[in-house]
Amino acid sequence: MTNLLNTLLVIVLMLNLFALGTSRIVSVIRTVAAQGALLSLLPLVLHDHLTLAAALTVVPAFALKGVIIPGMMIHALRDVKIKREVEPLIGLQPSVILGALATVFALLFADQLPLIEAHSDALLVPASIATVLTGFILLITRFKALTQVVGYLVLENGIFIFGMLLVEAMPLVVEMGVLLDLFVGIFVICIIVNQINQAFASMDTRRLVSLKE
Amino acid sequence: MNVMFLMLMAVVLLGLSGVPACLLSARSAVGQRVAAALMLAGSLLGLAGVAAALCAAEAPSLSWAWGFQQSRFAVAADPISALFLLPVFIVPALGSVYGLEYWKQAEHPANGRRLGLAYGMLAGAMALVVIARDGVLFLIAWEVMALAAYFAATAEDDKPEVRRAGWIYLIATHVGTLCLLALFARWRHATGAFALEAGQALPAEAATALFLLALIGFGFKAGLMPLHVWLPGAHANAPSHVSAVMSGVMLKMGIYGIVRMTALLPSGAAWWGPALLTAGAVSSVAGIAFAIGQRDLKRILAYSSIENIGIIAMGLGLALLGRSLGHADWVLLGLGGALLHVWNHSLFKSLLFFNAGAVIHAAHTREIDQMGGLAKQLPRVMALFAVGAVAICALPPLNGFAGEWLLYLGLFRTMGLGAETGAPAAALAAVALAMTGALAVACFVKVLGTVFLGAPRRAEAPHAHEPGPAMLAPMLVLACGCVGLGLFPLLATPLLEAAVRTWSARPGPMSVAAVVPLQTLTAAGLALAGLVAVLALVLKLTRRAGRVRAGLTWDCGYARPTGRMQYTGSSLGDSLVNLTSFLLWPKKCRTALRGYFPRPSAFKSLVPDTVLDRLVTPLFRATGRHLPRLRVLQQGQTHVYVLYILIVMIVLLIWGNVGS
Repeated sequence: MTNLLNTLLVIVLMLNLFALGTSRIVSVIRTVAAQGALLSLLPLVLHDHLTLAAALTVVPAFALKGVIIPGMMIHALRDVKIKREVEPLIGLQPSVILGALATVFALLFADQLPLIEAHSDALLVPASIATVLTGFILLITRFKALTQVVGYLVLENGIFIFGMLLVEAMPLVVEMGVLLDLFVGIFVICIIVNQINQAFASMDTRRLVSLKE
Repeated sequence: MNVMFLMLMAVVLLGLSGVPACLLSARSAVGQRVAAALMLAGSLLGLAGVAAALCAAEAPSLSWAWGFQQSRFAVAADPISALFLLPVFIVPALGSVYGLEYWKQAEHPANGRRLGLAYGMLAGAMALVVIARDGVLFLIAWEVMALAAYFAATAEDDKPEVRRAGWIYLIATHVGTLCLLALFARWRHATGAFALEAGQALPAEAATALFLLALIGFGFKAGLMPLHVWLPGAHANAPSHVSAVMSGVMLKMGIYGIVRMTALLPSGAAWWGPALLTAGAVSSVAGIAFAIGQRDLKRILAYSSIENIGIIAMGLGLALLGRSLGHADWVLLGLGGALLHVWNHSLFKSLLFFNAGAVIHAAHTREIDQMGGLAKQLPRVMALFAVGAVAICALPPLNGFAGEWLLYLGLFRTMGLGAETGAPAAALAAVALAMTGALAVACFVKVLGTVFLGAPRRAEAPHAHEPGPAMLAPMLVLACGCVGLGLFPLLATPLLEAAVRTWSARPGPMSVAAVVPLQTLTAAGLALAGLVAVLALVLKLTRRAGRVRAGLTWDCGYARPTGRMQYTGSSLGDSLVNLTSFLLWPKKCRTALRGYFPRPSAFKSLVPDTVLDRLVTPLFRATGRHLPRLRVLQQGQTHVYVLYILIVMIVLLIWGNVGS
């Protein structure tokens, strides 16, 4: 099972880099949707035996991460009529390189951590840290409100991977609560995106500086 | 059980005494009378409770669970509490009667009700502070007290200097509360609960930390130098009856805190006593030196409060020293003297502040250099002020002398012991106490002479009128207390001995009368009072025999001397200010006189507070200038904020990794 798990996680890592390297916002959203869908399958391959709790997590997670949230975002994107992240803070290639560096850092760092035997050969911890860092890079370097939301989603995906370590210890309710939070958060942001667009005639979050103080 | 209910009822009555007035009109005299009546009723209930607690075989207590972790609503009244409860139940009630005339709601519709509410709250919270036996309850009561005092002291918040004084007070009291939070957190950590109960086994370093935190936290409230920065401004700018309560009672809450914490802690390191002795000596000498330099009547009284707090701290230091070295008589004399001085100070300082209020009412200014000759218009106020002044100068036969006498005797007993015991600090404290007494006499001679004697320095003064019975009666009660306690200190000794026994946790017999011949004091005091009475009678008779002629004394060749040519308070105090200029750093501005026909010139002298105006204020100002640079960090860009989070996260990750 570890092999299958690691294969999935490697795909997740590659999707991270792809999300960093593409400028079309639709592709970024689709990439993240694919990543979310893959991650929601993780509980199925995590353990040799399938627990009910794990199986119950899969369905809503898949629906939210893979279908509903990306759908909402693509809908919002159509409303505001933009296609590309025109001027990221750092270029696309440099951000891919940064993402690769973050992945390397995560792999090296996870090696240092005192993990229990069961988790030491799976890539769960490094993949989680790398995905969180990727989310941060997206959040910091992209200025369009929608790509910010994408960064936020990627960040959550990283935390979700980490949550896999605890899937047996953590009550199902908590996991579901986190998903609900995420859903509500993104629902609200998609509405706000529209409002920002109308108020500032742009989706550039740098304009929000005028709200300072 | 019932006794504590009585006291809690007193706390509630005092605390809510201002509420009915809030429901009535802002100019209503009825509301204020109801408030005063509630204060009196609450105080009588409380005094009955104190009396019952003292008669009970063991200290009454009460404890309820109230939903906070490791904390209970616990109150008790042991002799130490009873001792501090007496001023709490006496002075504020007298002050509310005084306020009926001094701060009529009809004349102060803007702040009368608010002042009444805060005033009652202050009294109730102080009573609760003294009976609280749980850290959380204590802190709640303490904070209510601090805030109520803020609102009471800033009654005239339309004046900028009142607002400034209020801010300084608020900052100082919260820094103190911060230390107290740390104190009770540390206490809970060391003992496992918030309950303030003696007999806990504490490691030495925990005890030292608790002692230092208590000294700083309570020192802010008590006004020990150099933590006194809030005190002169707040006392000077508050209404006089509020100043009386703040100085007479609220400062003692700081003292109570130190007494209570040192009673709870084990006898501790040998340096505790000398540390408190030194702090007390510095406070008393510097406090009275600053008082001499002031021109504002209430600031003088405020600085003199610092001096008296210093004297009390010296007594506590002596008691701590005695406890760590095993000298029961030092404990008895030191703590007994300190606690007696707590009473004395709350009597005569409240009396003096009430008097100051009457004087300010009459003269419409707080500047003593603008007053003068008030003895003719306010003979009763002057007589009462003289009683307070004699008492505060620790002159026999009044109560100030009785308290300080115990301290002197205690401090003298430490002489002849080696340097390693810390006794030399006590011997030096005796010198400081003597110097303080001399300077206090100089200070109050200056005040009495400038305010009441001589000729008026301003034209408006002749309109001054004697205050009415509502103001005079509370003063008279306090003056009688001063005389009574001075002539019959033996009345106070049973409670003092009980408090000292509780503090030192030593059940053995202790008798002040065995150590100090207090009967002699009574006899000598009565004789002295008789002598003064006879002298006064003789003087009066002989003066009536002769003719009184009004005329100029030595007029130095001036054809038309005016009241402004008299010696002012500043000029009377000048030589002493110069002597202590290493402490006071007085400011003097004068323009040089040049040529045969010099231009009009002016002279100005000022004694600013060294700690506040030369250290704290510049420090705050510099901080205020430099801190805005940090606002660079506030970019308003969400990306930058996310970057901050990332940086912190990575630093934490690396730090944790390196650490492990």
